[in-house]
Amino acid sequence: MKNCEALIIGGSAGSLEVLLRVLPALSPTLSFPVIIVVHRKHGTDSLLPDLLSGKTSLKVKEIEEKEQAMAGTVYIAPSDYHTLIEQNKTFSLDYSEKVNYSRPAIDVTFQTGAEAYRGKLVCMLLSGSNSDGVNGLKSVKAWGGITVIQDPETAQVSYMPAQAALQLKIDYTLSIEDMADFINLLS
Amino acid sequence: MYSEVSLINDEQVEILLADLLDHYGYDFTGYSRASLKRRIIRLYSLDKALSFAEFRYQINNDPVYFKRFVEQITVNVTEMFRDPVFFKTLRDVVLPKLGTYPFIRIWLAGCSTGEEAYSISIILKELNLLHKSLIYATDLNPVVLEKAAQSMFALSQMKQYSENYIASGGQLDFSSYYTANYSLAKFDDELKRKIIFSTHNLVSDHTFNEFQLILCRNVLIYFDRDLQHKVLQLFDESLQPLGYLALGSKETLDFSPLSKNYKRVPAEKIWRKVS
Repeated sequence: MKNCEALIIGGSAGSLEVLLRVLPALSPTLSFPVIIVVHRKHGTDSLLPDLLSGKTSLKVKEIEEKEQAMAGTVYIAPSDYHTLIEQNKTFSLDYSEKVNYSRPAIDVTFQTGAEAYRGKLVCMLLSGSNSDGVNGLKSVKAWGGITVIQDPETAQVSYMPAQAALQLKIDYTLSIEDMADFINLLS
Repeated sequence: MYSEVSLINDEQVEILLADLLDHYGYDFTGYSRASLKRRIIRLYSLDKALSFAEFRYQINNDPVYFKRFVEQITVNVTEMFRDPVFFKTLRDVVLPKLGTYPFIRIWLAGCSTGEEAYSISIILKELNLLHKSLIYATDLNPVVLEKAAQSMFALSQMKQYSENYIASGGQLDFSSYYTANYSLAKFDDELKRKIIFSTHNLVSDHTFNEFQLILCRNVLIYFDRDLQHKVLQLFDESLQPLGYLALGSKETLDFSPLSKNYKRVPAEKIWRKVS
């Protein structure tokens, strides 16, 4: 796929290790934004962007509401808010009820992203212990986007990607080693 | 029920928003669409609407359902002493400054079911300022205001609220503020005495007083930039010189031309009007 306009990565338990391995290998000139939604405890906000920005030459920042998603930037969804993507490719934050016991919920970002980017979106679901993100991947599929999961065999907690594979036909199943190459080739 | 492709499309959302404005004078056209659409689809699915036409008809012709619609498409999730550090700054910095005034008028805009109003009331009481304070707690939605005025919250939340209270600098036994009544915690009437719950729509209503402190947390995130500008203007008109404006943890005054007249309280989303 050569016309990717956004990559959204969702993950929960066991996904941070994957990000720490994949980010350093990403091309510094990605032609699309990378949006990361991971479950984490409220109140640990600044830690994750700091941690990840040390691992890549791409710009890493926490999402601010109404901000425009820009190519070559890694955006981290803030804790305790849902991150939504508007039709004009700006971010909205929302403090509504948790979804799948989670806020941010991966489903919310995948679903709104699917409608905003349609066939030009790639969504990747990593390791995790609940099924957040699975419905979102179904939306991505329905709107013509590409679905990717971490190979459950390689996941620290396989439930989340395994559920996705069980409930829909996934386009790509990747080992951690293959992820960076796959992402770089979208550019 | 889950549907991969939206049950309601963008055009239908616009139709509903135009209806609300026409029939009821409620203007949601400045709201961020992704969140609003999600809320509308959630309600459509929750209420098992048979078709868009039927859903639309019911909103336009059934005033009871209309009330439910407005309550459900706006986000009313809130808690007591949410972001404890914010309330600690209110307690340690902002309110003691305002305590030197003979009278403190506070506007809590978008108060929802009232949890923050009671939180502020508790701090004012502990600072011995409640007797000379008045909290105007407003929301566009009369249903949540009725709940707020009952001063009853789920007992199951009290453990969390008590932890928040302590983290915000509270030193008393939090349970001394309420009486348990089956599954509910009923807060002391004294806390309510200085709160006026009233409807006010930030989109269409004007300023109604002058305040030393305006709090509007996690409301602006649902508005588009134009509406955010307009509402910040309304707050500016409603704020006395040297008064404080408090926003939610992900909201900011920075994009607004008004910001040059304000000085931020370090590390918090609180701005003081300095000119």
